[in-house]
Amino acid sequence: MSERLRRTMLYVPGNNAGMIRDAAIYHSDSIMFDLEDSVAYRQKDAARMLVYKNLKTLDFEGIETVVRINGLDTPYGKDDIKAMVKAHPDIIRLPKTETAQDIMDVEELIAQEEEKQHLPLGTIKMMAAIESPLGIINAYSIATASDRLIGIAIGAEDYVTAMKTKRSPGGVEILYARSAVVTAARAAGIGAFDTVYSDLNNEEGFAEEVRLIKQLGFDGKSVISPRQIGPVHEIFAPTDKELSFAQKVIEAIDEAKSKGSGVIAVNGKMIDKPIVERAERILELAEASGIIIPSEGENYAE
Amino acid sequence: MKIVKTGAAGTLESSDVMITVRSNGSNGIEIDLNSIVEKQFGKQIHAVVKKTLADLQVEDALIGVQDKGALDCAIEARLITAVYRAAGIEQVNWEALS
Repeated sequence: MSERLRRTMLYVPGNNAGMIRDAAIYHSDSIMFDLEDSVAYRQKDAARMLVYKNLKTLDFEGIETVVRINGLDTPYGKDDIKAMVKAHPDIIRLPKTETAQDIMDVEELIAQEEEKQHLPLGTIKMMAAIESPLGIINAYSIATASDRLIGIAIGAEDYVTAMKTKRSPGGVEILYARSAVVTAARAAGIGAFDTVYSDLNNEEGFAEEVRLIKQLGFDGKSVISPRQIGPVHEIFAPTDKELSFAQKVIEAIDEAKSKGSGVIAVNGKMIDKPIVERAERILELAEASGIIIPSEGENYAE
Repeated sequence: MKIVKTGAAGTLESSDVMITVRSNGSNGIEIDLNSIVEKQFGKQIHAVVKKTLADLQVEDALIGVQDKGALDCAIEARLITAVYRAAGIEQVNWEALS
């Protein structure tokens, strides 16, 4: 089975009934309902209940659902986990993760609630956002702290403040953190997700940042407005040249397999395992972007 | 649940509802509905409010509902939050919730 695409994760404030209702219509790859920073302290109970009832009731059309809970160092974290395991989103996202222990503590509570709800152990997946220098230093141990983790994300705003700097257009101040997150994620075999871009009116700046994080190897990015979804999907879509090469690689591999031959070449270039994997990934992205439609039952590679 | 003070939850934003819950002086359940879609959905909103109150075992309350076109699930969520606040109970009984 191919890996799930997570190019865009649409951020939806948990206490906003209208935005929750409409979240699925923009076709982001994932929707993240936020119980943390976008919700005022006095409205934590209201947001938790609103997200709970919506997750229990609405059909999100197969879009992956994520809930960002409050940390266990707040009075809200435990209740968030209790309610959300029962509401059953696909993923619970932990903010401000600094150590592997943070993940294990949340995992233990999720497991307890799964047992109460008679859900198979491990049903609810996890994501961790890393938002501090300590979290960046511990990125690999965080990324490998639980089998439930499908990915780690960088949250830049708190990170740059802790680093005594601020965000700039090129993002040089978070280059190390981004590289650390994506490297740790790859070493752990899980996804890597980039931080939000908050200047909604700077479309060119946004596109540049998306090109940069794609080049660094990220799987996708959190987006704060439906307007940011299209540009990310466009930039993550393979180019004609990449697509045509990928198709040739897969054809050549299929042919080599049927003939039982060993080493093969395409356009004079030797094709080995990493090139085949990249070609498969490009075809998956092309399919998700609506560029090519595979015929029924067709697999790109076995 | 016993209503001991006035509790409110929700907003007046589009697709949301603002609900206030207060004691009705032992006169049972009374619902004061004001909705932009009252003509079409008034009966349905009354039914959702009554069912939610019954599930929470609230027997005496005056419920103010200012609806801006909220989905049933949003009405339920806001009402439950308002009832808990009006009952002065912080810990939600998640096991009992549907």
